[in-house]
Parts: sequence; structure tokens; C-alpha cells
Amino acid sequence: MNRRVGAVVVGALLLAGCGGGGPQSSGDSKLSGDRIVLGVLNDQSGVYLALSGTNSVKAVQMAIADFKAKHGGDAITDDITVETADHQNKPDVANTKAAEMYDRLGVDAILDVPTSSAALKVADVAKEKKKLYFNISGATTDLTGKSCNRYTFHYAYDTYMLANGTGKTVTEQGAKNWYIVYPNYAFGQDMEKSFSTAVTGAGGTIVGKDATPFPNDNFSTFLLKAPTLNPKPDVLGTMQAGGDLVNLVKQYNEFKLREKGVGLSVGLMFLTDIHSLTPAALAGTTYTDAWYWNFDAENRAFADRFLKETGSRPTFAHAANYSAALQYLEAVQAAGTDDADAVVKQLEGKSINDVFLRNGKIRAEDHRVIHDAYLAQVKPAAEVTEDWDYVKILKTIPADSAFRTPSADCKL
Amino acid sequence: MSSFLQHTFDGLVSGAFLALLALGLAVIFGMLRVVNFAHGAFYMLGAVGTYLLLTEFGVPFWWALLIVPVVLGALGMGVERAFVHRLARLDPLYNFLLTFGLTLVLQDLVKLRYGTQSSPYATPSALDATVDFGLFDFPAYRVFVLAFAVVACVAVWWLLGHTRVGMVVRAATEHPELSRALGIDVGRWVTPVFGFGIALAGVAGVLAAPMRAVNPLMGADLVIVVFAVVVIGGLGSIFGSVAAGFGIGLVQAWGESYLDRWPIVAQTSVFVIMAVVLLWRPAGLFGREEAPA
Repeated sequence: MNRRVGAVVVGALLLAGCGGGGPQSSGDSKLSGDRIVLGVLNDQSGVYLALSGTNSVKAVQMAIADFKAKHGGDAITDDITVETADHQNKPDVANTKAAEMYDRLGVDAILDVPTSSAALKVADVAKEKKKLYFNISGATTDLTGKSCNRYTFHYAYDTYMLANGTGKTVTEQGAKNWYIVYPNYAFGQDMEKSFSTAVTGAGGTIVGKDATPFPNDNFSTFLLKAPTLNPKPDVLGTMQAGGDLVNLVKQYNEFKLREKGVGLSVGLMFLTDIHSLTPAALAGTTYTDAWYWNFDAENRAFADRFLKETGSRPTFAHAANYSAALQYLEAVQAAGTDDADAVVKQLEGKSINDVFLRNGKIRAEDHRVIHDAYLAQVKPAAEVTEDWDYVKILKTIPADSAFRTPSADCKL
Repeated sequence: MSSFLQHTFDGLVSGAFLALLALGLAVIFGMLRVVNFAHGAFYMLGAVGTYLLLTEFGVPFWWALLIVPVVLGALGMGVERAFVHRLARLDPLYNFLLTFGLTLVLQDLVKLRYGTQSSPYATPSALDATVDFGLFDFPAYRVFVLAFAVVACVAVWWLLGHTRVGMVVRAATEHPELSRALGIDVGRWVTPVFGFGIALAGVAGVLAAPMRAVNPLMGADLVIVVFAVVVIGGLGSIFGSVAAGFGIGLVQAWGESYLDRWPIVAQTSVFVIMAVVLLWRPAGLFGREEAPA
């Protein structure tokens, strides 16, 4: 009796296996599972929630809606969905979630992934599973350096872009002497090196640099030290991010360093940081932005839609997630399949102009997506007339000089 | 010289926060034998509460400095009656775990409602200036923080040393059984003392709002340093916690400014000192070793 039951079960499984396999191979769709699934993997509960997080999921949904509206009945499929997961900025969680997305949830491309260490882990998973990965909010240049791979694209910015934009331009504009403070972990150390190189390359001098604890709520020692350095620094370059940046800027104002002739330059800053600190606390601060919502009419139109969806204006990470999702879908449409190798072929070397990418190009050599970047300055409080419109763009940094040339370390 | 004075002053200011927090922990530990891990979370609630009073009700800083500690003290008394009290007879580990859990709950509740972004809070306008001490100048708000913390610590010391309540608390702290045998109702004072310790954390939180990032995690890292301070000063020792608080503030400030080539030294100094003190005087610098039970 038991043996018969066993045989029936095995037979049923075999049938189901054949039956399940049948339609996929005999159908005319070239899509795995007859659908496209995008995965947004980022921080949905911690320090990077506001700058990307759940609102990036909404941005990706906007991209899907726009893709469907554009192609209508000709779209490769109607069935495009988004899966999301919270990686809590932990590399091991990111690793597991990414594998789960590709294997179990049928995700064709993973987007976003802030925190450099987590970003690098996901690149390894993408390489192993041969599935696409667009990193938006990770900063490390290793993604297009020694850790680059055929399925990974670095879309929005990196430490070189930030240092080159802010460090070089501010030095060229006359702030020759720099005092750099940086959080003592991978991102901070990477940023310090990039900034020191950019500043000295532009004829400036690093008169002092200090590693600070991370996280840290008290920067007073460094702020007291800044004006006493010899020669006195023209600018304090801070590589702090998130809550640490808020602490540092608050205390910078408390110690009245601007009045003492020491300006402030921030390595990495998002619109949401300015919102949280208030523009008054940051007035006059320069930084490099990958995109600004009120730069022109096209950006503004996107930002208006985004505001309606989310209640806030988009950071560059939100716009870049939108753009990456849209360009991926267009590439699948053009390739006629979601086969990763075919889509990579479509993307490599492609020149793109969209709401996020200006003079954009996907470099075939290292998969760095280059585009115009912007040197931004926070407006004085008196000039802020609209919520979220906190900065003016001082200068557009052209795409070909905004990013480093392809690294010899990268072999795709 | 002027820069040395400046760094010293700076160390005293950060020491003021450590002292206020350590004092609250010491008072609670002395009376209840409870290691209150939730102290950092109450400090955070103090800062978040200050921010909310301003944005939701338009209550300025000065009123917050009065209202927040009172409200948090009451909340602390509620927590003592509802939870801590029930575990008092068990191993101290139970209350440690309880307060650790409470920390996570409080942090996540604030996160859920207000997110993790830091909230802006401006320096009170009366203190948004620089005080010139001749040899050096310093932000007025920080001078105020230091003065306020010193006054608060002296007031607590006076309260414990010169009032009847203080006498009861000291007696109960040092010889709970004997105090009971002499007819002193120790139990009556447990709840108010717990509330008072929490109120001190609230004061530190209010003082922190204008100069530090106000967010749900602001107490999480600080509380670790405060524990080290309390251990260095001697668990339960009122004077020890205050002295160690200011002392560690100074060591950190001097370390960061004069050992700047080895940032790691300044960053770990407090824990190294803790380890050395524990080896040399297991009860802390000012603590007394308890006779084995």
C-alpha cells in the first residue's frame, strides 16, 4: 500500500515537472517566468532610510508606469513587479537577501544597495548568479575597480566623483588650505584619500587631517583645533555622513567657525540631510550633487510627480533608481529578452539622456555610468523661498571629467 | 596655553553629560541594585521630547528644561511600578534584560513615528553667542551646559547629604536590612528614586538637543561609555560617578587633541581605563567592596 502511494506521488511529481517545464520552453515569450521582476534592496529602517529607502521603491514603480505608458500594447510584457527587502546596511544580510531575490523571487535586476560593504557583497552575488545589478547609492569605486564584474553597473556617483567635484573645484576657486576630518571606517578612509589627492592635485595643501570615532556625537576637539592650525585652513572638509554629519554641522555653527574664516565643505550630502539640518545651518556649504530636483523644467516635472507620490522632493538616489529601472526595462524591450547577457550587450556603450542621466553613457570598459555632475552650494536662509529648494548649482561638471578613467584593476 | 584651557573646558562640557547620566545610573543602582540599561533611551526621549514640545506645542527650550524631566520622572516611576518592581527579588540579570528590551522598544517606537532622520533644534537665541574668557573664547551654550550640570550635581549631593530624604536613601543604599530593622520604610522611596534617576537622564537629553543630532539612536552608543564611567567611578558611588564623568570627559578631550596621530588611542581610552581600574580596584575608584553575602 505504502509503496503504491509512494509510486503515485513520484509519478505525480514527474508529471508536474514535465508539465511545469512545458509551457516555458514552448511559449513564444523570451522572459523568464513570463514576467519581469525588479528588486529594490536597501535600508528601509535605519540611517539611510530617508535618502533612498522606501521612496526609491516608489520611484521604481513610477518608472514601470512610464515604461508601460510609453510602449502600451507593444511592451514586452504587462507583468512587471517590484520586490523589496531591507538589508539593514549589513553585508551579510545583503548577501542573503540578494541571493533570495535572484533565486526564489525571480528578480531579474537588483537596484540601489547603499553602504559600500553591502554593495560589494551584492556585486559578488550578481556575478555568481549571472543576474543584473545596478548599484545606485553605494559610494565605493571598487565596484568599477577590483570588484567589477560583467553584471554589475555603478549608476549614480562614487567617491572619486565627490572628491573631484568638491575638492578640486573648491581649491581652484581659492580655498587652498584644507583641514579634513573623516570617520574612521572604510568609507571615510576612502573619501579622505580621494579628497587629499584631488586637493593637492589642484594645487591645494592639506594642513591637517583627523580620523574621528564612528559613530560620534562630539566633534568639539576638532572644531577647536581647526582655527589654530598653521597655516589656518580656508575650509573644513568633512567626510561624515548621516547622523554624524548632523552633529558636526550643528557644532561647527556653535563654534562659529564660519565667522572665524573657516568655510565648510561636505564630502557626501543628500537633499534630505539639508532638510533635516535646515538650510540655515548649512548656508554657504559647497558639495557635489549627482542630480538636483530644481535644476531645470524636466527635473522639476519629475519632482512634482514624486512629491505627489511621496510627500517629499526626490534626492539624487531616488531619481537614479527611477532612471536605472527605466533604462533596464528599455534594454529588455530592445533585446526582446530578459536574458542577462543579452541585456548587458544592449546596455554596454549606450549613450543615454533621461531625467537623471545628462550626457549619460554606460562605459563598456568598467560599467561605470558617467553623466554630468553638479557643484552645489546651500543657499542662505533668506534666499530659500520654497520648501526643499535649498541649493543653487554653481557649476556643471561635464560627464567625461566628472568620473575617473576606467581603472586597470577592472577586468570584466 | 589658551588652546590647552580651551580643550580642558571642552572636556569638562562633554564630561558634564557623562556626569549627569552616570549620576542617575548610580542613584538607581544604589537604591534598587538595578543596572538600568534603558538610561540611554530615556536620554534620547529627553532630547526627542524637547524637539516635540517645540514643534508640536511651541514650547521653548527653557520650559522644556522644566517639563521634560518632570514628565520623564513620572514615566520612570510608572516603569518602576509596572515592570522593574516585579523583578526586584530575582537575579539582577533579569532587570538588566528587561531594561535592555525596554531600550529596543523605546528606540523603535520613536523610529516608527518619527523615522531615523535627525531632527533640527536650534540653540536658544539668548545663548547663541560666544563668551570671551580673555585667553580663549567658547560657545555660550556650552558654558551654560557646564554650569547647569555642576549646579545639578551639587544640588543632588546636598539633597543626599543634608535632607531627611537623602539620609533615608543613603541608609537604604548602604544597609537596606538594617534600615528596615530600624523601622525605616525603604520601599516607599524606591519608586521616587528610580523616577529621579530617569529625570536626570531627561535633563541631559534636553541639554543635548541644541548641540547634538536628535534621533532615536543618539543614546545607544553614549550609554556604553556611561556604563564604563560608572564602573570606573564605582557602582553606586554618587561622588565616584560624577568625578569619573568629568574625568573621562577630560581624558577624551586631551587624548583627541594631543594624541591626534593615534586616533585609536583616544577612542579606546575610556575602556582601557576601565579595564585597568577593574584590575587594580575591582569596586571602582570610589566604590567600596561589598562583603561577600
